[in-house]
Amino acid sequence: MSQELIRLTDLVMEFDGERILDSINLYIKDKEFLTLLGPSGCGKTTTLRVIGGFLTPTSGDVLFDGKRINDVPAYKRRINTVFQRYALFPHLDVYDNIAFGLRIAKHSEQEIDDRVTEMLEIVSLKGFENRKITSLSGGQQQRVAIARALVNRPKVLLLDEPLGALDLRLRKDMQNELKRIQQAMGITFIYVTHDQEEALTMSDTIVVMDKGRIQQIGTPEDIYNEPKNAFVADFIGESNILDGIMLDDCRVKFFGRQFKCVDKGFDKNEPVDVVIRPEDIDIVSADEGHLCGTVTSVTFKGVHYDTIVDFKGFKWLIQTTDYCPVGSYIGIRLNPEDIHIMHKSEYSGMFGDYSSYSAEYDEIADAEGGEDEE
Amino acid sequence: MRRFNKYFTILVFIFLYIPMVVLAVASFNKGMDIAVFKGFTLSRYKELFQDDTLLMLLRNSLIIAVLSSLIATVLGTAAALGIFRMRGRLRSAVMTVTNIPMTNPEIVTGVSMALLFAFLGMMLRINSILGFWTLLIAHITFNLPYIILNVMPKLAQMDPDLTEAALDLGCTPTQAFFKVTLHEIMPGIVSGALMAFTMSLDDFVISYFVTGSGFVTLPVEIYSYTKKPIQPKVYAMFTLMFLVILILMVTMNLLQARDRSKRRKVAAVRRRGI
Amino acid sequence: MKSKWLSGPYILWMVLFTIVPLGVVLYYALTDSITGEFTLANLANFVDYWPIFLRSIWLSIFATLICLLIGYPVAYYIAHCKPTTQRLLQMLIMLPMCMSFLLRTLAWVALLDDTGIINNFIRTLGLSPLPLIRNNGAVILGMVYNYLPYMILPLYTVIMKIDPRLIEAAQDLGCNSRRVFTRVTLPLSVPGIVSGITMVFVPAVSTFYISQKLGSPGTILIGDVIESQFKAAYNPNLGAALSLVLMVLIFVCVGIMNRFTSEDAEESMVTL
Repeated sequence: MSQELIRLTDLVMEFDGERILDSINLYIKDKEFLTLLGPSGCGKTTTLRVIGGFLTPTSGDVLFDGKRINDVPAYKRRINTVFQRYALFPHLDVYDNIAFGLRIAKHSEQEIDDRVTEMLEIVSLKGFENRKITSLSGGQQQRVAIARALVNRPKVLLLDEPLGALDLRLRKDMQNELKRIQQAMGITFIYVTHDQEEALTMSDTIVVMDKGRIQQIGTPEDIYNEPKNAFVADFIGESNILDGIMLDDCRVKFFGRQFKCVDKGFDKNEPVDVVIRPEDIDIVSADEGHLCGTVTSVTFKGVHYDTIVDFKGFKWLIQTTDYCPVGSYIGIRLNPEDIHIMHKSEYSGMFGDYSSYSAEYDEIADAEGGEDEE
Repeated sequence: MRRFNKYFTILVFIFLYIPMVVLAVASFNKGMDIAVFKGFTLSRYKELFQDDTLLMLLRNSLIIAVLSSLIATVLGTAAALGIFRMRGRLRSAVMTVTNIPMTNPEIVTGVSMALLFAFLGMMLRINSILGFWTLLIAHITFNLPYIILNVMPKLAQMDPDLTEAALDLGCTPTQAFFKVTLHEIMPGIVSGALMAFTMSLDDFVISYFVTGSGFVTLPVEIYSYTKKPIQPKVYAMFTLMFLVILILMVTMNLLQARDRSKRRKVAAVRRRGI
Repeated sequence: MKSKWLSGPYILWMVLFTIVPLGVVLYYALTDSITGEFTLANLANFVDYWPIFLRSIWLSIFATLICLLIGYPVAYYIAHCKPTTQRLLQMLIMLPMCMSFLLRTLAWVALLDDTGIINNFIRTLGLSPLPLIRNNGAVILGMVYNYLPYMILPLYTVIMKIDPRLIEAAQDLGCNSRRVFTRVTLPLSVPGIVSGITMVFVPAVSTFYISQKLGSPGTILIGDVIESQFKAAYNPNLGAALSLVLMVLIFVCVGIMNRFTSEDAEESMVTL
């Protein structure tokens, strides 16, 4: 799990003068499950296609096992891809689709038969050998696409939003299935998605991208607990993001009050972004609170209530199991470990304010595919 | 209204087919006059198969039709692949040129090619440049647009990931074309080629202008027949060709219908061998 | 991508055998047939042939309109049949297009001639024969007969593709069947109408056989004149000039027609 397999150095990609990828630096370890996560147009699919050999970077290098492979065409790379809409060959049946790569490599029919059969078992499609592609459901086609790629025993499997076309229930099953296959085969998966929950569930490493740049690389826990800037904090989960001043190590000031925190290494009196996750906030009575505000909206979400509280004109989202009616005046307490400090970035001030909660937040929740509702 | 349309359609089909019925009946006529039926005979068919000239003309027509549609199919399919990758002005320029033989009246195409060959003949000091090669060139030229206009939509319908998937699985670009792309665009190629073949086989106007005394096709010769009293064996040939084309079309129709239902149904056992 | 070069041979071919020939036509049109010097006389000559041009255009417009009036109900009927019937009828429409149009026109001569099948039949009824041939009507009939399939096919393709839900929507919004037709079906079939008109008008206006067989010396068309310049009178320079005028005329007509529609109408015809 430690050996480096792929390295991208100063990768730049331009189409018609437009910069799609802006100096991407990334290394991918052997047997790792790495996810490229970001909104559409962030450059994640382009990065994948560069690794797959379908695009030649404008500048920068792609290294595979330490060798530069910029000019190695796709068909000579020991990398296989699971395409977004599967791209199964409609003129071939399930068996012939999976055997396609092995036949190109001129393996013996006996070996092909063994490996295809083994693969069909791994993706639970035994007995489907002679089915036409068009007669399969989305989930089955998905499995064929995975089998067709994996049967070639690639060092790396690239997956481009492979679960995007499946419905919610199937998507959840396939997430577990993919993770299981990756561990069983012991190969590197590079996975592209815009779904943060999918990324958190499956990955060893997440690479958050936006506007052609890498915003943060880290484990799912790192990314969630220690977001590097307002974009990451907002894209992964919900966040209240406030302007603050770092007075000293472990001392931050916002809303005119000093708070203890656990972050160090900032300049004295540096302006910072303060992130507070909605589920970390404890509601107490008004006289006990560090801050006090009025509840302006409550939405029942099943496990918790989404409660919007107005603190001096700035609205916070608080996720709590305690029901506080609209109009009630409440206090909140913040523990030092609940407060996360970030340097100011180009994204400061763009995210993390729930003033327009009813419209915006609901919209985002819907757009995320309604994971909460089914 | 629908009933009116139905009877009207039947009338129109009668209108379309009456002349062909007249010709078919004439092929069994003992008499020479097409307008007067003097009794049934099959001797016209016997005459036809003893007439080496007519059979040779038919052979010439078939040679030109097969060669020109084959060459146009290869050239046109390659061109369609190239045009498909083009963008913007270049693409629309090429498509405009492709449409010229389609929109230009046949007589103008024929005249322009005749003049080109006359001009070339003058330059190269060849007296009788018109013949097999000029005919073949002209037929390839007017066949090409049919191939391109039939293949291009198939390329557009094809999932572009399929080619990439083939490359991803180890195909060279050439292998990817023959193993994947070709299968996807085959219906377009076949219908384009068939169209080109029939257009070429039946072409009179353009052939008429670029044909020489050395190599004549059937429609051109029929034109000179129609200037004098026509021999009834020509009707026999017409009737036979009608039957051949009818059978071809019905077969094509059945193939298409089967192709359509095959796509829906689960295919029977098929393993091994791409 | 290197695959762009795949179209190289084709482009070369089309330049050599489509664009260069048109240049040669221009060259011949602008040179004298004997001295080979530059002249505008050939083009100026076209004034003499103006009445023939006009007749060709009028007869073709008539034939095109008749084709549209006959073709639309037929196309509409076919488009509303069962899919298998549709394919069969479509095939029956295409079949005559593949057969020698010379012989089929000749069959009309046999039908319409003064001693032809129809007049023979009329005579057996004891009536006097009708003047069915060697007039403008017969030429128009020949055109309609030969080019009707070229009208029906694009119309059928377009009408077939009209989403039936649009018809239902129109009914839902209170249209009776006549209004559904005039407000929805007809406007949506305009691309087919335009492409059908082009596909009938262009060959009709330039035809040179139909008028020879079904018309009289007084009803020759511009196609006949061009043909005779190459095959009888042998004045290719005048023939080239007339071809040029004909081509420009047609491009203008087609250009005006295409103003009314999108590009894809033309392609609807040539793909099966």
